[in-house]
Amino acid sequence: MDWFYIQGILILAGINLLAVLGLSLLTGFTGLFSFGHAGFMAIGAYTTAIMSVKLHLPFIPSLMIGGLIAALVSLLIGKLTLNLKGDYFCIATLGLGEAIRLILDNVQYLGGARGWPGIPLKTTLLNVVIIDIIGIIILVNLIRSKHGRNMIAIREEEMASQIIGINVFRYKMISLMISAIYAGVAGGMLGHYLGFLQPKMFQIVKSTELTIIVIFGGLGSISGSVLGALVLTSLPEMLRTFAQWRLVVYGIAVIFIMISRPQGLMGGHEFSFHAVKKIISSMFYRKKQRGLGGR
Amino acid sequence: MLSIRDLNVYYGGIHALKGVSIDVEEGQIVSIIGANGAGKSTLLNAISGMVKPKEGRILFKGKELPPAPHKIVELGISQVPEGRLIFANLTVKDNLMMGAYLRKDKIGIEKDLEKVFALFPRMKERIHQMAGTLSGGEQQMLAIGRGLMSNPDLILLDEPSLGLAPLLVKTIFDIIESIQQMRKTILLVEQNAYKALSIADKAYVLEQGKIVKEGSGKELIKDKSIQEAYLGKKQKSEETLA
Repeated sequence: MDWFYIQGILILAGINLLAVLGLSLLTGFTGLFSFGHAGFMAIGAYTTAIMSVKLHLPFIPSLMIGGLIAALVSLLIGKLTLNLKGDYFCIATLGLGEAIRLILDNVQYLGGARGWPGIPLKTTLLNVVIIDIIGIIILVNLIRSKHGRNMIAIREEEMASQIIGINVFRYKMISLMISAIYAGVAGGMLGHYLGFLQPKMFQIVKSTELTIIVIFGGLGSISGSVLGALVLTSLPEMLRTFAQWRLVVYGIAVIFIMISRPQGLMGGHEFSFHAVKKIISSMFYRKKQRGLGGR
Repeated sequence: MLSIRDLNVYYGGIHALKGVSIDVEEGQIVSIIGANGAGKSTLLNAISGMVKPKEGRILFKGKELPPAPHKIVELGISQVPEGRLIFANLTVKDNLMMGAYLRKDKIGIEKDLEKVFALFPRMKERIHQMAGTLSGGEQQMLAIGRGLMSNPDLILLDEPSLGLAPLLVKTIFDIIESIQQMRKTILLVEQNAYKALSIADKAYVLEQGKIVKEGSGKELIKDKSIQEAYLGKKQKSEETLA
């Protein structure tokens, strides 16, 4: 395993992580399930590529525009669908994701279904890590703010939140738009890492992958999302030895982890050094006691 | 204070409220009784903006209500929903503070918190307990307390006695009367018709989306058809009960 290979996995994990962070806000903290976030990624990816390839803009402004356009689309979709309750919203996003993919399949200007080669390779491990860190900082601050608490209140009891005077629609909208920005930027980075874009990359499989990572990491935990993105992106690579059975083993591994920890890896808790210290000291304490009992 | 005129609400093809008109005067307890599915909760949800009526007007203090629920709370209407819907993962105090979500006056909030604790001493004992670990009756008290924390003029109570032991039902109704003494107006929806009528200044009977009877609580308790349909009394035994 050479560094180039590991670096590639880390970059892909970092890109996934950014999309997952956004989805974590929507699903983990606001309680809205989406199976269409690959659609927002696609919009971000193609917009960013248009900006940098056709309009010759630098990488970072292109990424920002990609995120922004994804947010604009989410605004339109949100206006139409956020009044739907629970599962219906989920189905609507599923339709949205597939619709975006099919539209891109038929836009010949952007390569259509054949794909769009020749996108400059501008995504590096460094800028992925920097953007991820910025994304995490923004998200942590948002969740700790009044706005974040409103979103959590909506997740816990939507009707009660409405009754005490939270503008539920508005906060769902904000959550959806921010998650779309994250997905859009992640898509933009993906295109500039692979150097190639194809609508097929943003199929529903991609959306479900993102949702699986959020649930796997633990709903309502940012550190869980980080851990989940790293583990679940690198897991299929670690399983390369299984050759064509790789994804079967991957599926089985996910099932077993979910059975043993149904609340997800972090289960709604955040990583903190204090908690780690507590766990380690309790482990030592137990060992000591056991030792004493032995005597 | 609140007057509703010809309110029509539909759920898809189902006509849930058929031209309902009611009036609530300031400082009164107004009860709405009726069987399951009569449209009682729908009526409250229409007032609080949870359900959009198709036709009709809802006037509060002489003005038409805005469509958005959070704007309605701001005007001084607070709903205590059916099934309590408290925030299970927050402490009792945080739940109460959530009720004051739209308020900015810290001194007023503190005062109202004291009032709620005076009304529900049990809540003060459990101030730091997770709301989800409270008993059903305590959760109902918490939901009412939360409803009071927005300092409303009108409180909408949706089935406050639902699923509670008889002794607790009595406590809850005593509390509703003490809330009235705090100069609040109360619109109460109940299946426990006898209790609801006995504390009501005015009451309406809702049947299949229509108001079929109205009058003072005392009048309706004595009404023969209501006794038969809602109070479980047979016509023959009427004299012994009177």
